[in-house]
Amino acid sequence: MSDTLLSVQSVETYYGNIRALAGVNIDVKKGEIVSLIGANGAGKSTLMMTICGSPQARAGTVTFDGEDITRLPTHLIARRRIAQSPEGRRIFPRMTVYENLQMGASLDNLKYFNEDVEKIYTLFPRLKERQAQRGGTLSGGEQQMLSIGRALMARPKLLLLDEPSLGLAPLIVTQIFDAIKALNQEQGLTVFLVEQNAFAALKRSNRAYVMVNGQVTMSGSGKELLANPEVRAAYLEGGRH
Amino acid sequence: MANMSNMSERAGGSLTAWALREGFYAGAVSLGLFVLFVGLETTQNIRNELVLNRRLGLLGIFVIVAAVGRFLTVAYLRPWAAARKAAAAAKPAEGEEGFSKRNFSKIAIVFLLLYPLIAISIFGVQGSLKWVDNLGIQILIYVMLAWGLNIVVGLAGLLDLGYVAFYAVGAYSYALLSQHFGLSFWVLLPLAGILAAFWGMILGFPVLRLKGDYLAIVTLAFGEIIRLVLINWTEVTKGTFGVSGIPKVSVFGIWSFDVSAANNFAKAFGLPMSSAYYKIFLFYLILALALLTAYVTIRLRRMPIGRTWEAMREDEIACRSLGINTVTTKLTAFSIGAMFGGFAGSFFAVRQGFVSPESFVFLESAIILAIVVLGGMGSLVGIAVAAVVMIGGTELLREMQFLKRVFGPDFTPELYRMLIFGLAMVVVMVWKPRGFVGSREPTAFLRERKVVSGSFTKEGHG
Ligand SMILES: Nc1ncnc2c1ncn2[C@@H]1O[C@H](COP(=O)(O)OP(=O)(O)OP(=O)(O)O)[C@@H](O)[C@H]1O
Ligand SMILES: [Mg+2]
Repeated sequence: MSDTLLSVQSVETYYGNIRALAGVNIDVKKGEIVSLIGANGAGKSTLMMTICGSPQARAGTVTFDGEDITRLPTHLIARRRIAQSPEGRRIFPRMTVYENLQMGASLDNLKYFNEDVEKIYTLFPRLKERQAQRGGTLSGGEQQMLSIGRALMARPKLLLLDEPSLGLAPLIVTQIFDAIKALNQEQGLTVFLVEQNAFAALKRSNRAYVMVNGQVTMSGSGKELLANPEVRAAYLEGGRH
Repeated sequence: MANMSNMSERAGGSLTAWALREGFYAGAVSLGLFVLFVGLETTQNIRNELVLNRRLGLLGIFVIVAAVGRFLTVAYLRPWAAARKAAAAAKPAEGEEGFSKRNFSKIAIVFLLLYPLIAISIFGVQGSLKWVDNLGIQILIYVMLAWGLNIVVGLAGLLDLGYVAFYAVGAYSYALLSQHFGLSFWVLLPLAGILAAFWGMILGFPVLRLKGDYLAIVTLAFGEIIRLVLINWTEVTKGTFGVSGIPKVSVFGIWSFDVSAANNFAKAFGLPMSSAYYKIFLFYLILALALLTAYVTIRLRRMPIGRTWEAMREDEIACRSLGINTVTTKLTAFSIGAMFGGFAGSFFAVRQGFVSPESFVFLESAIILAIVVLGGMGSLVGIAVAAVVMIGGTELLREMQFLKRVFGPDFTPELYRMLIFGLAMVVVMVWKPRGFVGSREPTAFLRERKVVSGSFTKEGHG
């Protein structure tokens, strides 16, 4: 259980000349839930995208399951079974919920589709009700469920979630986090997530990182960070769910 | 337009007054617009001097049509449309679509299969020529081209303004290979498709990273390059003279349509000699090719590759992060689309018996694209309807001899083709901004869930 699945080492990512990540180090071990918190514009989404190779890191290395994937094109990284529910959800708006989920299962050419789609529907019964509806006409929260569901359809080893609670009602947030926790415990799914809802994330994470201005400034177990006065002041006060 | 609803509530008297005023304005505007373009005509007299003719009568007709048209629209058409809309809204939506609407494509195919026979029975063997050749074949060629382009533009969302290049590749492949190597149409048809698909890939590679407007410009340039090569590579293509004497197609090598051939079709069946049989055969040939395009498109849409095209049109980055290789996905779209362009091209060559670069100008690409857009990107039925309206409409214009009586004997309706084309586009886009059939059909029909899942599992294991 202790071997590293994802390792990000001194990664620097640029948008043109602007450096968004300034030497980031992060490790995610197999079977862990690791969360990343930080202010707006800290570079959290950039890190998620860098792991997926779009944009690619200009310096440093990203290692997945012992393989250097820094320079791999995005679709090959995805084929290593890293699935992402990205910022902005990025579902296919003109395609139905069902077709969106089919797209998620492209990697295996729909081999396990029927089996997996039922699991997603048990996880998010709302999606089953809406399966013939176009993605773009779903509510914000339903789109979020679809985005996560689509990522899960790829049978990932590592699931990257960028603000999964965005736009969701507190009850659904709890439901989603519980679902993630269940997947993690039952199937050993490794999860790396970015959250604004720091309390909910830290409570359920094994470990967490805090990012400020493109650098990791703090790390520790979820409980430690929850107790840390600095973290409390910056990310938790007034935002308890 | 906010006052449109109030308009119908206005008292009849003031509506008429308002309509009269609107009509007057429209007349004044069109007078201003047309006074130079229509009211004056420059010609040369015998001494090569430029003379200015005044065409006040024609100008008058233009202005009156505009004024009266506007008056009628405001006074009658709009209130009528508003009333109808209100009536439609009041009526509860019908659950079941009508029989003719549900089976539209089946009815259309049966009609097309019978079309030459209907034309013969009404107009006789010689009289049917015009209907089968000028109208039927002409429309079907554009239907096929538009369906081919639809794979690239409608499904994969790659805006291709140079589609005519593949049409040209197909046409010249057949023209040149049949002349130099004496190969038959049936051998060259697939070959032309393969060559066009190959050129589709060649075009695909450099433009892979481009999107939207940039892609459009580069493909446009590609279309022009192919045409310039055809013009300037005179040793092979004979330049602007074009390639003539292209052999006719035979009925799978069994019967020929050459008058001198021993196995001539008409002779074999003891029929009177007529070129109509050949045209009718060509009609069925292009019909078959077009239906093949439709069939392949429908199949592809239900296959992973088709779904991927549609997904890629919506979000390329999301596709990549789902493990899809967008490079090969785009290349297959380009080359499959190009292949159908190539098929259509070799059909075009065999039908005309003559190809020249003039047939492959940018305007052709624009027309094909216009048909795809008007039809509502991605919808086969919509595109077919758009082709019938656009191509059929402009062909019918030739027939409208009564227009000569209205606008004078030197009025050639064909010259106004593009005007009508443009007008029709504006009207359709105002009336149905997303094309005739604007909504996308899902590929997985959840009512037939069992069947669909069955075929998916099969795909997975295969
Ligand atoms: N495509 C881009 N081009 C230029 N700059 C960018 C681009 N994307 C992000 N940035 C910049 O990079 C920095 C990090 O952005 P990022 O999206 O990673 O922040 P974040 O931590 O995810 O913030 P949030 O919590 O608001 O989502 C920001 O300053 C942002 O302006
Ligand atoms: Mg972000």
